[in-house]
Amino acid sequence: MKDTVTVRVQKVKKSGIKTRLIFFLILVAILLLVTLFANQIAPYDPYAQDLSRSMLPPSPEHWMGTDRYGRDLFSRVLVGAQTSIFATLALVGVISLFGTVVGTLCGYYGGALDSVVMRISDVCLAFPGLVFALAIAALLGGGVSNAVLALAVISWPKYARVARSQTLALKNSSFVAAARLSGSTSGQMILRHILPNILGPILVTAMLDIGTMMMELAGLSFLGLGAQPPTAEWGNMMSGGRSMLQTYPWLVLSPGFAIFLTVVIFNLLGDTVRDYMDPKNSRAR
Amino acid sequence: MDHVSFSVCPGEILGVVGESGSGKSTIAKLITRQIDPTTGRIEIDGQDVTKLSGRALIPVYAKIQMVFQSPAGSFDPRRTLGDGICESLRNKGVPKAEREAKARSLLEQCGLPGEFLERYPHQVSGGQCQRAAIARALMCDPRVLIFDEATSALDVTVQKQIIELLQQLQKEKKLAYLFICHNLALVQQFCDRVVVLYDGKIVEQGMPDEVILCPQSDYAKRLVDAIF
Repeated sequence: MKDTVTVRVQKVKKSGIKTRLIFFLILVAILLLVTLFANQIAPYDPYAQDLSRSMLPPSPEHWMGTDRYGRDLFSRVLVGAQTSIFATLALVGVISLFGTVVGTLCGYYGGALDSVVMRISDVCLAFPGLVFALAIAALLGGGVSNAVLALAVISWPKYARVARSQTLALKNSSFVAAARLSGSTSGQMILRHILPNILGPILVTAMLDIGTMMMELAGLSFLGLGAQPPTAEWGNMMSGGRSMLQTYPWLVLSPGFAIFLTVVIFNLLGDTVRDYMDPKNSRAR
Repeated sequence: MDHVSFSVCPGEILGVVGESGSGKSTIAKLITRQIDPTTGRIEIDGQDVTKLSGRALIPVYAKIQMVFQSPAGSFDPRRTLGDGICESLRNKGVPKAEREAKARSLLEQCGLPGEFLERYPHQVSGGQCQRAAIARALMCDPRVLIFDEATSALDVTVQKQIIELLQQLQKEKKLAYLFICHNLALVQQFCDRVVVLYDGKIVEQGMPDEVILCPQSDYAKRLVDAIF
């Protein structure tokens, strides 16, 4: 027996996480740019009615056909993206910000504040999410901003919990104790040391949440509690074509496909961001 | 912790030994007011700090500083060592150039080149990180330094260098050390006085040679027997 242990190192395979991240970031950027300039790109006025051209099937002239008032569906899907995507991003932005602030304060200060806020968040989590949102939206009345508010009320606890658990873990670390011994006030410790260190998990949660929130927002609109007709929004466009699904399927399929595509892109980006942030991959970057 | 009473005199090195769970780290946390005692008093420089909290503790932290057990864990992973070292002076409003000059000279006293100010904790070794932690503790010219197992995460050669550095600093700056440790041999050569803790109580105290060579209490005997 010559060798007991033989080590032969070949080049460690580099994972393509960074490439994937860039790819999905570009896709999201294209999506956002198209949304932003939807009014300029749209070939027709999304609100112009022409009853003589209603219910046309997809054709080179109308890529996605027209609806029962003769409005061009492609233009409506494009402009509808503004409501759907921007409302979703605003929603995720608000709840992640609010949840993080509340969760960090609870984790840091603990005590009565922590108990009270966490019980409130338990109450929010105890209801089935969409049912609770339906109740709130119904109470507030229709409209995109009310739907966003309703979903925000049920969704912030998730972020508060992530931020709280991360803060609790950091609070007992030596470097936070060292910062306290350096004479830092609580505010300075939270801003300088705790928030920058918990941002990663919060960002990943937010990215993965965009798809879900978009579906729920479209769901509320579909039920008539979000964007109100004639506003172009994917959820209420699907709702409007619901009864004609078998005869004029493009009425539902066009906005449905838009939702599908957007949710998939944001979910894939969220997954990639999570993989990228994963400390186990830190060498593969 | 139960009925533990001791004091550290100026310029003295007091060793605290005991097994895991005997309350060594709890003492460090009590003195630096990271946790509150149920009853009892903690005085620093004649001032009762037991009831102080929040901002009132900031002047106290100018007199007493601490070096932690885990070298890398005692620096914020997202900030440079320089940020960590300068934090105490930054909080006092000392201008950037001035505090960086002081950090640089302290780092050099601790045996690290000045460019370590720009490094991140994951870019330096445990021994280097611990030297930086000592420099950080010295930034606000404290009178007492607490070492909570500060050398136990280091290998023996680095441990020896750090101890030599501490002896030299102690002579230069007339510091008092509270040296929490479970290495009896180290305590014997390094400390002026030693306190043996067991189950939250002081079971023995005295000169290191006396305690280690002819221990009086049962626990101290067992502790010494277990090692030698």
